[in-house]
Amino acid sequence: MPGTFIPSNYLPIIIICIFATIIGLSPLLIGSLLRPRRSYRQKLLPYESGNEPIGEPRYKFSVKFYIVAMLFVVFDVEAVFLYPWAVAYDKLGIFGFVEMMMFIFILLIGYIYAWEKGALDWE
Amino acid sequence: MSHLRSMILISPELLLVLTALSLLLLDFLVRRKGTLAVAGAAGIFISAYVNYRLIKVGMTGGTIQGMFAFDGYANFFKLIFYTTLLLTILLSVKYLAIEKISAGEYYSLLIFSTVGMMIMAAATDLLMLYLGLELMALSTYILAGIVRGDRRSNEAALKYFFLGAFSSAFLLYGITLVYGLTGSTNLREIASALHSLKLAESPITMLSLIFFITAFGFKIALAPFHMWAPDVYEGAPTPVTAFMSAGPKAAGFAVMGRVLFDVFGGLQMQWSIILEPLAILTIAVGSIIALSQTNIKRMLAYSSIAHAGYALIGIVIGTPEGFVSTMNYLMIYMIMNMGAFGVVIMLKREGFSGENLEDYAGLAKRHPVASALMLVFMFSLTGIPPTAGFIGKFYIFMEAVYAGHIYLVIIAALFSAVSAFFYLRVVMYMYMKEPAGDISLSTSKTAGIALAFAVIMVLVIGVFPSLLLNFARNSFFG
Repeated sequence: MPGTFIPSNYLPIIIICIFATIIGLSPLLIGSLLRPRRSYRQKLLPYESGNEPIGEPRYKFSVKFYIVAMLFVVFDVEAVFLYPWAVAYDKLGIFGFVEMMMFIFILLIGYIYAWEKGALDWE
Repeated sequence: MSHLRSMILISPELLLVLTALSLLLLDFLVRRKGTLAVAGAAGIFISAYVNYRLIKVGMTGGTIQGMFAFDGYANFFKLIFYTTLLLTILLSVKYLAIEKISAGEYYSLLIFSTVGMMIMAAATDLLMLYLGLELMALSTYILAGIVRGDRRSNEAALKYFFLGAFSSAFLLYGITLVYGLTGSTNLREIASALHSLKLAESPITMLSLIFFITAFGFKIALAPFHMWAPDVYEGAPTPVTAFMSAGPKAAGFAVMGRVLFDVFGGLQMQWSIILEPLAILTIAVGSIIALSQTNIKRMLAYSSIAHAGYALIGIVIGTPEGFVSTMNYLMIYMIMNMGAFGVVIMLKREGFSGENLEDYAGLAKRHPVASALMLVFMFSLTGIPPTAGFIGKFYIFMEAVYAGHIYLVIIAALFSAVSAFFYLRVVMYMYMKEPAGDISLSTSKTAGIALAFAVIMVLVIGVFPSLLLNFARNSFFG
């Protein structure tokens, strides 16, 4: 369409996506074309360091893992934000510092809240 | 310096966030939970006062690289949000004690949700708009399910979450398409790019317009996208229902108005054609299905759908004056709806929901004041003078007639008459039936203040309509 905005800055990202897909899929494809197909029971068993598997891989586990997982995501994202800020610290200056401190402050309150509520206690 | 200016212009929002965060921690320190409500209200008053001072010293304009506007339009909606928030907190105090809801989380989520709405109303960038919308929506999902032991509350939260996430996806599709066309997420830049590149007629622009209307339609519960509203409104704790039917709805209209007028202003003919049948359908569905409801929260949910349809007429007209009448209507609807829910909340007591129509039988004999209040709010929701509800409908219909949408007004007025049946049925139950059993109200001072405020505002606006209308007009144009 004439005059339509083309986001050319994002071209490298598209190229990376395409290459990543090709590199990921091609060994699987080549392998499936080249390898001999001889399957027997031991080969199809799930790999457990050469032992016979014990039980089903799906079993119920404690709902407490959800809270741990949620807390992990929150502080993981915090770390993700901290890295680019640290790299670009010179350019962002005092404003970036204040903003990051506010961000950490809000997370700190969340942390205290989770702690006081007993989200960090397993029992 | 521009950073400092940005910080000053968003200081009302920052103060609210600070209040919400301190309430979370204060919950561990204080024993009496009423203190939290007082502390929350104090924080909200400080934030509102700072906002008022900023308006008084003549602060206006955009900040944060044009993502955020501090203008009359945003401030009018912020007044709606502040009032909704305060009334909700006042009405919640007793309810929280009865339902044993954890007060710290409850109040801070209410405040976070309000901050989201304020960001929505002030956003001049699609990403900022999305951020505000998600902050509002995520907080209300949790609020809907805050009574963890109650199955219906859980169901409400889950339904609201799934459909809300779905509607957010529509909004993101719309944003993506517009960004792909114009290379910007700033509302003004998009509008000028659409104009200069002559993209207004492009089918992709139309598609993104439809995506936007769908997403906002979900939030304000327009007719084909209203399915979530009755279940969520019924299942959520009643103060949260009151909050959801007033605040997020007004916020949805705020973003809808800004996006439609600022971005798609050149496509006014097209969006009027899309919205007109939606308005009729919304009014019809809301009014007709409400007739058969025996649960008062469900009835008020359908009523809230119908009222969204009336408010939408102001946007269908497509003139600035039309939108002023919508703003006027939203303010009035918020006050009378909070009042009606306030009476419903008072009927709730330990082990008794007070949500059925039969529970209102003979209420006037035992509690004449509460019944009289409910009477005023029901009259106002019907649109009977001298209440505010009449004024809201009157200005909307007047603007629609001026703009030549006469048959739209006729349909809306007919359904307004239909709606009199289910509103006045509540009055009939209260005044003309004998009390079935023990009726005691869980009254409290705070709820009394909220209801007194609501009823006074409903009557004052009903008698002096120009006060609010001129305020809305000055906010929109000034």
